Amino acid sequence: MQLCDLTVHQLKNLLQGRESSAEEILKSCLERIKESEPEVCAFITLLEDDALQAARNIDEQGQYQVLSGIPYGLKDIFCTCGVKTTCGSRILENFVPNYDATAARRLVEAGAVLLGKLNMDEFAMGSSTEQSAFFPTRNPWDYNRVPGGSSGGSAAAVSAGEIPFSLGTDTGGSIRQPASYCGVVGLKPTYGRVSRWGVIAYASSLDQVGVFTRDVADCALVLRVIAGKDPLDSTSVALEVPDYSVGLQADINGLKIAYPREYFQKGVDPAVKACVIEALKTYESLGAIIEEVSLPHSEYALPAYYLVATAEASANLARYDGVRYGLRDFSADNVADMISQSRALGFGADVKRRIMLGTYALSSGYYDAYYLKALKVRRLLKNDFDKVFENFDVIVAPAAPTTAFELGTQTGDPLTLYMNDILTVPINMAGLPGMSIPCGFAHQMPVGMQLIGKPFDEPTMLKAAYGFEQATSFHLAKPGRGVK
Amino acid sequence: MKDYDYEIVIGLEVHVELKTESKIFCGCSNRFGAEPNTNVCPVCSGFPGMLPVLNQEVVEYAIRAGLALNCEIASYSKFDRKNYFYPDLPKAYQISQYDLPICGKGYMDIYVNGEPKRIGIIRAHMEEDAGKLMHQGSITQTAFSLVDLNRSGVPLLEIVSQPDMRSAAEAREYLEKLRSTMLFAGVSDCKMQEGSLRCDANVSVRSWGEQELGIRTEIKNLNSFRALEKAIEYEARRQMDALDDGEVIVQETRTWDEEKQITRSMRNKEEAHDYRYFPEPDLPPLIIGREWVESIARSMPELPQQAQVRLMENYGLPPYDVSILTASPQYLAFFDSCVAEYPQPKAVANWMMGELNKFLNQSNMEIAECKILPGHLSGLLKLVDAGSISGKMAKDIFAEMFASGKEAEQIIREKGLVQISDQDTLTAMIEEVLKANPKVVEDYRGGKQKAAGFLVGQVMKATKGQANPALVNQLIDKCLSAE
Repeated sequence: MQLCDLTVHQLKNLLQGRESSAEEILKSCLERIKESEPEVCAFITLLEDDALQAARNIDEQGQYQVLSGIPYGLKDIFCTCGVKTTCGSRILENFVPNYDATAARRLVEAGAVLLGKLNMDEFAMGSSTEQSAFFPTRNPWDYNRVPGGSSGGSAAAVSAGEIPFSLGTDTGGSIRQPASYCGVVGLKPTYGRVSRWGVIAYASSLDQVGVFTRDVADCALVLRVIAGKDPLDSTSVALEVPDYSVGLQADINGLKIAYPREYFQKGVDPAVKACVIEALKTYESLGAIIEEVSLPHSEYALPAYYLVATAEASANLARYDGVRYGLRDFSADNVADMISQSRALGFGADVKRRIMLGTYALSSGYYDAYYLKALKVRRLLKNDFDKVFENFDVIVAPAAPTTAFELGTQTGDPLTLYMNDILTVPINMAGLPGMSIPCGFAHQMPVGMQLIGKPFDEPTMLKAAYGFEQATSFHLAKPGRGVK
Repeated sequence: MKDYDYEIVIGLEVHVELKTESKIFCGCSNRFGAEPNTNVCPVCSGFPGMLPVLNQEVVEYAIRAGLALNCEIASYSKFDRKNYFYPDLPKAYQISQYDLPICGKGYMDIYVNGEPKRIGIIRAHMEEDAGKLMHQGSITQTAFSLVDLNRSGVPLLEIVSQPDMRSAAEAREYLEKLRSTMLFAGVSDCKMQEGSLRCDANVSVRSWGEQELGIRTEIKNLNSFRALEKAIEYEARRQMDALDDGEVIVQETRTWDEEKQITRSMRNKEEAHDYRYFPEPDLPPLIIGREWVESIARSMPELPQQAQVRLMENYGLPPYDVSILTASPQYLAFFDSCVAEYPQPKAVANWMMGELNKFLNQSNMEIAECKILPGHLSGLLKLVDAGSISGKMAKDIFAEMFASGKEAEQIIREKGLVQISDQDTLTAMIEEVLKANPKVVEDYRGGKQKAAGFLVGQVMKATKGQANPALVNQLIDKCLSAE
């Protein structure tokens, strides 16, 4: 196996044992990128020279921090100082921030080597990365299929062996669903666990920074680096960050796993369902206790999400008015036209659609019936989960209703694309941690099993994931780098 | 007393800039007057990915202001987003407070024609200020506008009064008292010319005895106390004339045109704004502990209302005087220090309201910048009492004190200005004057009493004003009647 296909832990061992250098590792990634990028198109910006320089510096200094010398990529939603940050949109096509997102900064401080910025659905709105303003990203398992979204580039790059880990964001499933589609590990922490400062906002009360890796141990390692209170983010929580790597190998005998019947109903591909049910049987064989439960308000999660998320987005995206940065229509001859024309030119169709929906939901006369009602439904969703967690340690469900679909097949009907979110959105609404790990194949494409944990109980969720992973070998499968 | 056919009803919305060290949601400096776009950062400039962090000092100042206005302080409060597009509003929403403001109902007592009147306060809430736009000429003619974001994120407290005021004078009195209360509470500089105190007026009229409020208009662009009074008077009159003509008042926002001294409609073809308020998701709600509020209350200095009562009760000063004396904490401190050394409060008050204010206004100076110290004024007044100088001389000396900062005694010494009260000296001068003006003396003897005044004047002239006038009068009478 080549260096670029190894896990973070394997690379760390090689570095520490002086068997490889940071430069060698980076060059292996760059070679793989050259091979697969023409098809995969995961990267918007590649920082080859900067990365080489950083790798060389690390080799020279010889000091090894937690992630020294490990290449990684950032979803283009993370502001990076001096590096173009587009958020997948024309309106920020040439935007270069002069500040680093906190999560990104923590990775740099840990010695990791930034290789580039990764493709995404515009403003994190979408489930396939087809809504990037620039180009679609393709699933490394089948170039005719989507990698999922909105963190499609982040998932695909890890899956294709281009980088050993990446950061993404998850507002309604944008890490877990692409992780499922691409056969990698994707984790969304509890809301407030990781700082959102410097992460371009979509929906303030739902956005969370998360991680893509090749296995659970890597995931635990990277999470620890980025998690923790940030004084610049008032919604980040001042709870101590445990060492997530400790306790991974603990015995899961007696672990109480719930599976919600509402997540296994109509709309989920039977082949996908079968994979997850098989996974539950594996858990049983490992000594876990499996029981069906109900999350009775599940059907209201998606409409409530689309009211809360779009309402917050309509305000968060209002700052893109062409006045201080971003695309400006200079042909306008008055301020009102300048603002509306810049936004008309700069935003894609789905972004506009969500802004209008959100504006409507907040408007006079409708606020109580829509936004306020959605906030109340949110409380009911949370109560459902709280009730289950009184008696269970972890919840298991599919991460997506289907495997990766073909490019261009679902761009017609926005409602169908929205349906991709139903299994993941309630977890964001309740602020819970969730992750997807590979648990099998259907139609020759990866299937992800979703685990959901109690608030700030990433340790139990990771332990459960690790236990399954070590008893199986789905995480070791790699795409054949071509059409199946 | 009914000056008009209608009753005027006024409510004021006042924005006070809180003089905290930094802005409300970021660490940028809150100082006024810097070069454009130098007190800015990505947060207050609304850059992508930025988040607000609440400045605790702002909350403390807001509580202090609320306590000074006798407001209820909320135990649970939160921020909301107020959404609209404008180039001086970087995020295209203002973080403000909608339904759970930090301060609830309160009141302020003012004096109207010497009688106390209580003006209710509905609420006071925290919000961030927007930046400033600079046009070349008027906003409608300029080819472009420049955006200065120094002011973006400056902390404001918006104080909304009940519509309890019934005249322009009452409104002015309220604003002046509010201003001095904020000064005493130490939360703001309250300089209307720098924008740290802003006022909008809501004006309506109704028939006498009518309970329901008339349709009101909001008047903006009031940049001075005088403009406030003039605008209210104009707008009230405009509404009354309109009603007399059978018209209906349009509820709208109007701007005060300082040049033309009229209010003009600001209505444009757009609909009124729907601000689509919703709770700010980037900031957790505020839980305000009672101990904290109590400790702030304990550390409050004497406020204008208490000081005014003290001055009226202890010194018997009238409401007009005490209102001026409590215009600012520095001004009151000057008065108190001076009275401590020279316990004649009415005299001190008269000198401060008269001569001192005359010079301060002429030089556009604050009392803190004034060279005259309380001890200097008390020293001067003691000399007048002792008869060393006359009241008129004291005024001249005071002018010199203001300009130079020297004390009275030094000036008197340097200029040889001691009042002549020695009887022998004066008698000699008087005799000279009488000798020099025989005709006048004859006139006086002939029955013209007023002739004596001329003679007194001559003596004063001869002594360059330094003769003790009372004594001169006395001695001239004596001399003239003696012969």
